[in-house]
Amino acid sequence: MTGLIILAVYIAIFAGSYFIIMRLLSGRRSDFTSLKTVTFGDESAVVSNRAASVISIVTIFLIWGAFTGSKWVPGFLHAPGPFVGEAQFEYTARADDGTEDSATVTVLVHPISEEATAPEVDPGDGWAKNDSDTVGAWRSGLIRVDRNDEKGRDQGHTVIAVNGEPIAPGGEVNTRFGRVGMSQKGTLNFVPAKGLQMEAIWLPPPEAVVKRLVDIASEGYRGFTLWEHLGMSLYRVLLGFFFGALVGVPLGYAMGLSDWFRGWFDPIVEFMRPVPPLALIPLVIIWAGIGENGKIILLFLAALWIMAIAARSGVSGVRISKVHAAYSLGASKWQIMRHVIVPNSLPDIFTGARVAMGVCWGTVVAAELVAAEVGAGMMIMAASKFQQTDIVLMGIILIGIIGFGIDMLMRWAERVLVPWKGKG
Amino acid sequence: MSGLALNNISMRFDLPNGGSVQALKDVTLNLAPGELMSVLGPSGCGKTTLLNIVAGFLAPTEGEITLNGHRVLGPDAERGMVFQQGALFEWMSVRDNVSFGPRMKGQRESKWAGNVDHLLDVVGLQDFKEKAIYELSGGMQQRVALARCLANDPDVILMDEPLGALDALTREKMQSLVLKLWKETGKTIILITHSVEEALLLGERLLVMAPRPGRIHKEYRLPFADMGVNADLREIKKHPDYASTREEILGMIWDMEEEIMGRTEAAQ
Ligand SMILES: Nc1ncnc2c1ncn2[C@@H]1O[C@H](COP(=O)(O)OP(=O)(O)OP(=O)(O)O)[C@@H](O)[C@H]1O
Ligand SMILES: [Mg+2]
Repeated sequence: MTGLIILAVYIAIFAGSYFIIMRLLSGRRSDFTSLKTVTFGDESAVVSNRAASVISIVTIFLIWGAFTGSKWVPGFLHAPGPFVGEAQFEYTARADDGTEDSATVTVLVHPISEEATAPEVDPGDGWAKNDSDTVGAWRSGLIRVDRNDEKGRDQGHTVIAVNGEPIAPGGEVNTRFGRVGMSQKGTLNFVPAKGLQMEAIWLPPPEAVVKRLVDIASEGYRGFTLWEHLGMSLYRVLLGFFFGALVGVPLGYAMGLSDWFRGWFDPIVEFMRPVPPLALIPLVIIWAGIGENGKIILLFLAALWIMAIAARSGVSGVRISKVHAAYSLGASKWQIMRHVIVPNSLPDIFTGARVAMGVCWGTVVAAELVAAEVGAGMMIMAASKFQQTDIVLMGIILIGIIGFGIDMLMRWAERVLVPWKGKG
Repeated sequence: MSGLALNNISMRFDLPNGGSVQALKDVTLNLAPGELMSVLGPSGCGKTTLLNIVAGFLAPTEGEITLNGHRVLGPDAERGMVFQQGALFEWMSVRDNVSFGPRMKGQRESKWAGNVDHLLDVVGLQDFKEKAIYELSGGMQQRVALARCLANDPDVILMDEPLGALDALTREKMQSLVLKLWKETGKTIILITHSVEEALLLGERLLVMAPRPGRIHKEYRLPFADMGVNADLREIKKHPDYASTREEILGMIWDMEEEIMGRTEAAQ
């Protein structure tokens, strides 16, 4: 239910900001791009709109804050929160002797992080006495209204109405403060209105996540500092990728240059490529245990095939006219290898490296979810067992940022080291 | 015996489906040192195949080629090639491309630097020598390819449609450049082109090839290349002989194309 509302709000912001921004800018949109027919597959035909990106990110945080009651989001933007305070409703009971009487129930609905005591109430007149109780926000509580009444259950005490509306076992009555239900045995059950905000245990507000980040950054988590957790994951990725490239690139070269190597390794590489590295985790655990070795082997395997295939296509993708040109300029086989084949394959190898780093990063987190003593994946897995949703969220965000950072770094290296990529 | 000699060259390609294509049949040809020959012919008549055989990238199924008396057995620095496009090394600067040949021979920079600089001047790329290949226009890239070939000082220069991808104006400038370099360096040049005009203007000798199997159809000796060394190419086009030869060759190639089309239609 809340999900649908969030989706609706999201779509509304998307569409609304589109109209506002495009209307605002419509005055100066007579450049060449507006005349251009978009060719499908032409990447340069559509460039990403900066304003849209900024609004998109702000929207996510806004919705996150609004639906978690964040202090960082101004109160008027908050989605209705859970009811907190004194709730009251009236019940009418009937006894065996046919008499009916009413009394008021006062329930103190308190934030679950605080203790609370039931408020003092005047018992009132008649045989039905006023009650008081406490219920935590987002929770519910059984309220035994007959306990203090002069005619108890032994005299046939039955609640027949709430706030004047008739109620029967299994039924319910909605009040201003929440829902009053009746169990099969006739006991009232008060569920205070939950509003539209998420409980912190499902989705903590952004500030809680940031606070956690600050706490864990200074105190560590489960015996390791935050940097050790993240650094260890990164270290595993780099080591696994390094070995994977160390073996994979020469293997790919050999496959690109020799038909025997190609024939020998093609079936293996082509078979291993579609096997997701995650599917290898159980086997690697059986063979190498859950320690560091197992993880490095897993990441090595994840990077190996990608790098081999990238190097292979880099070598076999060389234009034959380049090789011919080099030959007729008097280059030897080795010189062609060094000055033509290798540089020509670098863009492909870089693309492979980018993919491999991404796959390795995903794989290491998954492997750490399964078994590890330290690492980003271990951190969120352990936290989830204790329902520390804020740590889980913090971990996911950090994993995403690091993965993104790795990709940006690889792109940057690509631009600097192989600027001729795709311009042959 | 000096010069380039092709003796009864035949080339048959075996196809994967068991059939074969006779790309060249009994091509015999002699080029004296310093001759410039342009080659014309309908598409698929074996021009590229012929050039690749002379370059040594392909071994002919029959016949042999000799250059200055010794047999051609593979690619070698004595026969340079200028490709249509995409054969430059885009990971090197313009200067590194041009000096590739001498560097591969292990020559010291002091030995080749002067010549490379001179060639960059000749092709008008002195200001671009440190630029990357992909920063140059198509015409500039072709000039780099030409300079790279010349820097290696080959005896024979083979060109496969080197100017095909250029616009009319750049093309005309390049044609003048080719003529100028030909006269200055005295290289033996074979130039394949699809443009009858280009073949007429540049070819001291002009070879028209016929398809299926690829063979020499007719050869001309023309005065225009010599004239063009010192004159405006556009003036030459007004020469009465130029126009008549052009019409003759165009008609010849037109007939061949007609015949090919007719044959493929009959086969269907
Ligand atoms: N590697 C090959 N395998 C099989 N057939 C080939 C091969 N190379 C060329 N051929 C065939 O040989 C014939 C001549 O080809 P070639 O490329 O020499 O023609 P061309 O005269 O250069 O044509 P164009 O003017 O279009 O460049 C064609 O029929 C072609 O299909
Ligand atoms: Mg009571």
